[in-house]
Amino acid sequence: MSDILAAAGLTKAFGGLPVTRNVSLAVRAGEIHALIGPNGAGKSSLIGQLAGTLTPDAGRVTLDGAEVTHLPPHLRARRGLARTFQVSALIGGLSALENVALAVQARAPRPLAPFRRAAGDAALEQPALAALAAVGLAERAAAPAEVLAHGERRALEIACALALQPRCVLLDEPLAGMGHAEGRAIVGLLGGLKGRFAMLLVEHDMEAVFALADRVSVLVEGRLIATGPPEAVRADPAVRAAYLGEAG
Amino acid sequence: MTRLAAALAAALLLAAPLAAWAAGNAYLLALGTRAAVFALAAVSLQFVVGFAGLVSLGHAAFLGIGAYALLMLGGAGLDETLVSLPVAVLAGALFAWPTGWVALRTRGVTFLMITLAFGQMAYFVAEALADYGGDDGMPLDRAPPLAGTALLAQPVAFHLFVLLLLAAAIAAARLLGASRFGRVLRAARQDAGRVAALGFDVTRVRLIAYVAAGAAGALAGWLLAVTTGFVSPALLDWRVAGQLLVMVILGGVAAPEGAAAGAVGLVLAEEALSAASEHGRIALGALLLGAALLRLRLRAPAR
Amino acid sequence: MSVGLLLVQTLNGLELGVLLFLIAAGLTLVFGVMDVVNLAHGVQYMLGAYLAVAFAAATGSFWLAVPLAAAASLLLGAVLERLVFRRLVGADHLDQVLATFGLILLAEEGVKLVWGPAPRSLAIPDLLAGTVPLFGGLRYAVYRLAVLGAGLLVAGLLALLIERTRAGMRLRAGASNAAMLSALGVDVGRLFALVLAAGAMLAGFAGAVAAPIVSVDPGMGGPVLILAFVVIVLGGAGSVRGSFLAALLVGLTDTLGRSLLDAALAGALPPAAARTAGPALASMLIYLLMAAVLAFRPGGLLPARGRA
Repeated sequence: MSDILAAAGLTKAFGGLPVTRNVSLAVRAGEIHALIGPNGAGKSSLIGQLAGTLTPDAGRVTLDGAEVTHLPPHLRARRGLARTFQVSALIGGLSALENVALAVQARAPRPLAPFRRAAGDAALEQPALAALAAVGLAERAAAPAEVLAHGERRALEIACALALQPRCVLLDEPLAGMGHAEGRAIVGLLGGLKGRFAMLLVEHDMEAVFALADRVSVLVEGRLIATGPPEAVRADPAVRAAYLGEAG
Repeated sequence: MTRLAAALAAALLLAAPLAAWAAGNAYLLALGTRAAVFALAAVSLQFVVGFAGLVSLGHAAFLGIGAYALLMLGGAGLDETLVSLPVAVLAGALFAWPTGWVALRTRGVTFLMITLAFGQMAYFVAEALADYGGDDGMPLDRAPPLAGTALLAQPVAFHLFVLLLLAAAIAAARLLGASRFGRVLRAARQDAGRVAALGFDVTRVRLIAYVAAGAAGALAGWLLAVTTGFVSPALLDWRVAGQLLVMVILGGVAAPEGAAAGAVGLVLAEEALSAASEHGRIALGALLLGAALLRLRLRAPAR
Repeated sequence: MSVGLLLVQTLNGLELGVLLFLIAAGLTLVFGVMDVVNLAHGVQYMLGAYLAVAFAAATGSFWLAVPLAAAASLLLGAVLERLVFRRLVGADHLDQVLATFGLILLAEEGVKLVWGPAPRSLAIPDLLAGTVPLFGGLRYAVYRLAVLGAGLLVAGLLALLIERTRAGMRLRAGASNAAMLSALGVDVGRLFALVLAAGAMLAGFAGAVAAPIVSVDPGMGGPVLILAFVVIVLGGAGSVRGSFLAALLVGLTDTLGRSLLDAALAGALPPAAARTAGPALASMLIYLLMAAVLAFRPGGLLPARGRA
């Protein structure tokens, strides 16, 4: 299987404090690759470097084999790297449908057409409706993003990522702050999307990780201490000592 | 509220020629034209402040550029509207491009300070133009011909010309705001990181908006020069930029027609207060301060 | 240009620099720590100058006038904080612009009402009148040296306050991370009031000592405010050390650039062209400097934010 997204030797420090230490990691086509680690392990910094909001001090990031280490986020997105945010950051004032339509617009021909009315544009709204339906939000299309329930917002985030027709999606704690039932719905949703694109899943919920992931990488204090199939990682003594043991 | 204010402002501007004729006072028409020109300038600024969320305090530079473009072209005998107006607009865009590029490297209040600094730079350049009156400025030789005719020298015709351009600017701003481009611009005001993660080049989108606003600001400057028949560095004073921003804020920020109404309101209030007393601007200052504090109090419980 | 003239221009540049620093110091904190835009800060400088003129006329002494003007500026800052500025904390930037722009109109027009629109001036005190010889037969005004010395002294005191006191430590913490302040249990409102009043006093003091060497008029605060903004942007918002560095840089660039550019253009261009291009280019220099710095360091020279 080929690597869609790969990091090699990523290193990053903030004011002398290392947050990412020589991390190499690959997400293969079609797989769900989970990234786990205790709080403060540097997961968000790593996601930032992969998405382009942070520049690593050393190392490289490749997307589909091409180096993107110094590309800004929007150019990575255009090459097929989508992401969801940890703090759900939908555009308030726009409806659920319009939020997804904005994502469709990013992939449409003439995405910035200056005199083409955005609201009610079927070329944007039909694919957006399809993406909403895929995450079970079709009935909520007209609701403003800010009135959606927490779980609905997460689903809407995933619909936006879907609409980008990505090669790889970075999922930054999609289950954070969610009740058990809501969380299982998102797990089911992600499981159903498996194979359409590669996913790097950053998540604390171990049940979700082991239900979804093909491979798991463990990050502790900025360093990758293990990568492999879930069972192997679960059995790894170093991982148990550093992380799973502590989590129970 | 915005609609009512905009309708009232439109009525006042349309009625200005009639009022001047009925009262036998040409000054009323000149005042109306001036208000309409500032309304156009405010509409151009509203585009960056309201839609893009970029608070610029350097917009007077574009007024000045448009006005000086006309003065300089007039000196070369090229003041024909069909030549000088597009050149003025282009000059505004050309100044907006590099200065906007630098200013957009920053956010929030820093953006405000940098645009202010670039505005001041333009002011000093105007002051140094010794051939065009330096500090004191210079009158225009004549109202610019329109397609070879002296139509714009006729006050009522010029007033209607300004109103036409104002209406076109408001329509264009509304169209742009509702377009694909406008949706990206407004979404980026709320969360630039998210919009970038979708694949939009936020800085480029904002720069385009800034350049468009600069071009329209220069158009207003060209009109202002014709309105007053005089061009001087005072047009580029930072207080003018502040006034433009105040017009946009008073108009409610969100809509171009609101900014136009804010401009008409401020120009007329200033005129009325100065006419009432030599120190009427004190009352204007108190009014603005009071308006700000009132807005804060009204909004306080929500926060 | 001779070495002597270069020295004179360097001294002039440093003097402008310390004055700008006094004005920018309070403003950068108000902006960097509390995220409040204060367009009316130039008014404090202008009022400081007018107050010095008024107190000098009333007491007949420059030496009483300057501290009185500084004290009155402090008081005014405290009153304005209570009436206006405390309501602006956390408000939308546009409301801050509206309120402080209103304050400017109010203050400038008020000054015209009280003292008239004509420029005023303040006499240099006898003790500081006259000039001292530099080498090469050039002389330099004692008063300007005194302004430079006083400015450096105040800057030093301020540095001491910020580096060594509790309030200073809190300010530095707040500039690098505003959320940290309330997490530390600091009374942010009191800190803000302190910074605003102290900033007003510094700006008023700058206006008072500048009064004998500039034209005291209602509009004098505007250009100074804009230069202070350039200083803040260059130095990094919230960074007092950055402001000091940037203020000296701006002062030197402006005065030295002006004379060096004049000399260079006079050699390179025909006189008429040099007369036009010289002043235009010279006034653009600091803005070009600002643009160049921002192109490489968008956070300024010594950014306060994010410093660990």
